[in-house]
Amino acid sequence: MLIFIARRLLFALALLFAVSAFTYVIFAALPSDPAALTCGKNCRPEVIAMNRVRLGYDKPIVVQYGQYLKGIVKGRTYGASEGVHCPAPSLGYSFRKHQCVTDLITRSLPVTASVALGAFVLWMLIGIGLGTMAALKRGRWPDRLATGFSVVGISLPTFFVGLLAIMVFVIWTGLLPFPRYEGITSNPAKWFMSLILPWFTLAIVSASSYVRLTRNGILEVMNEEFVRLGLAKGLRRRTLIVKYVMRAALLPIVTIAGLDFAALLGGAVITESVFNLPGMGKLSIMAVNDSDLPILVATTLVAAVFIVIANAFVDILYGFLDPRVRSY
Amino acid sequence: MTVSNTSDDNAMTVGDTAIVGLSPSRLALARFRRDKVAVIAFFVVCFFVFIAIFAPVLTSIFNLSPYALDRQALNDYGNPIGYFGGISWNHPLGVEPGTGRDILGRLMYGARVSLLIGFIGTIVTTGVGLVLGMVSGLRRGLLDSVITRVADLTLAFPSLLLIIALNRPLTQRLESMGVPKGNFARMTYIILVLTVFGWVYMARLIRGQVLSLREREFVEAARSFGASNTHIVFKELLPNLWAQVIVFATLSLPGYVAVEASLSFLGIGLMAPAASWGTMLGDSVRYYRADPTYLLIPGVTLMILVMAFNLMGDGLRDAVDPKSDRQQL
Repeated sequence: MLIFIARRLLFALALLFAVSAFTYVIFAALPSDPAALTCGKNCRPEVIAMNRVRLGYDKPIVVQYGQYLKGIVKGRTYGASEGVHCPAPSLGYSFRKHQCVTDLITRSLPVTASVALGAFVLWMLIGIGLGTMAALKRGRWPDRLATGFSVVGISLPTFFVGLLAIMVFVIWTGLLPFPRYEGITSNPAKWFMSLILPWFTLAIVSASSYVRLTRNGILEVMNEEFVRLGLAKGLRRRTLIVKYVMRAALLPIVTIAGLDFAALLGGAVITESVFNLPGMGKLSIMAVNDSDLPILVATTLVAAVFIVIANAFVDILYGFLDPRVRSY
Repeated sequence: MTVSNTSDDNAMTVGDTAIVGLSPSRLALARFRRDKVAVIAFFVVCFFVFIAIFAPVLTSIFNLSPYALDRQALNDYGNPIGYFGGISWNHPLGVEPGTGRDILGRLMYGARVSLLIGFIGTIVTTGVGLVLGMVSGLRRGLLDSVITRVADLTLAFPSLLLIIALNRPLTQRLESMGVPKGNFARMTYIILVLTVFGWVYMARLIRGQVLSLREREFVEAARSFGASNTHIVFKELLPNLWAQVIVFATLSLPGYVAVEASLSFLGIGLMAPAASWGTMLGDSVRYYRADPTYLLIPGVTLMILVMAFNLMGDGLRDAVDPKSDRQQL
């Protein structure tokens, strides 16, 4: 088991290196000149040339990538003598915003995390709740209701649900104020109010597929021998379902949910732009509009880190639960 | 896949007109025909395809130019005159605020964009995924590990973020490589990135199938007769894979339609005056206080199309494999 975990972690580490290298190369290979982005609109060519040398953009890409990695570990000073220093996990410096990228990310990440966490709790509740109900009342109206919900939900694009939610709850009925993000520490009530709509929007869209997964998972487990055994030895239906069926059926779902959650942490791009939340997705979109390469490299990397970690975690978890997985 | 040899002529004729060359099995077709929801969904899809193909004809017959600016239909503030976004005989679904372009006409042209990206995206990703998956499963060894590792790497990237980030530079590069400028280059870019990130799922499915099929007796028998790889791929493996490939493709198509709309909504897809449902939805954000109809109409249309594809795909899956659970997507 230890060997399995070690191998899996090594693989994740290798994958992270590969992802970071690829990200760096992709963005470096773009036609836009990173040195030209370091100063404003009417910039003299001499300044650009000087910045190119000072920031190492004239060096081969491997050296640049090495410097970038070194910056993540040790921090880095951008520019020469009077340059800006960004402390240890330095993901670059945004010349457009005149800020260390790490600072920008540490400011956006809590927003995205708030959105993702709340939505995750909601969608698991809705998805597993409706899915279980549908499986237990198979073929009857609760099943039809839940299946109908999941078909409609899967077909609804996130941004349309978000826009509809704003229209109904903000503009028509005025039940909620237009979401304006507030930090949880500064004003928890406002934080909560501003996130209700984004949570429900994401939850409705994501829950639909979990309704399906749960329903089919439970129905499949109900056909297993051990369920029949439980019935035969006189277990109460309730105990049987809660203690045996649910446990077996929900394990794969929880692991998939882990992956979905990790993907969301990298930036709920669409939800954040519909509700104007200053999270990772919004940061990336703004960076695209400003052609702010350092931010883009960093957001892509951070998102990839979440995905890779979640994958490794899920694999290891599976290894614990199902010994057959460990063989490879 | 068992094919019933007792030919059901009725099912066959429907098969020929309904899903030409799609289903490898008459049995599946007969089953599909019995699934009312799936059949309705299929006709809805046909309806949209018809509109998309004949959009120029239809708009000129009904005089619904998607580009003509009708200032008469707007008031001094640029908002449509009349209820529900200016619905009238001249403009059955109202007009676009600010410009006065006809919404029904734009919806028809938008259907072309959505379906074009959906179909081309699906065909290309399915093709690439099928080939790589088969190679990976058949050859095994080094090539297999390379493909599997590349797949792992692809899945580790946050696709939406990268698609957004690379949009402008890569579209420019495409244009400099001789792809016609403007919306054509934009569409090429979208299809390209959808393929780069989309082939993995198909390839994994096919690889798994091939790995198990290649050990089966009929493949072994063919090999023992000295069958070439080409024969095994086309005569032994592919006939056993078609059903799954088609179901998977049908179910991934609505995803591409939705992605195109989302990208256009974020300002990455097509640009006005070309009509795309996503662009219309993105544009409607500026007006939804004054003109909510402008948001609802393209949104609901998009939903209906995506839902029809999903339901059709589900029906197809049930028809091809009645025992299958719907765990894949």
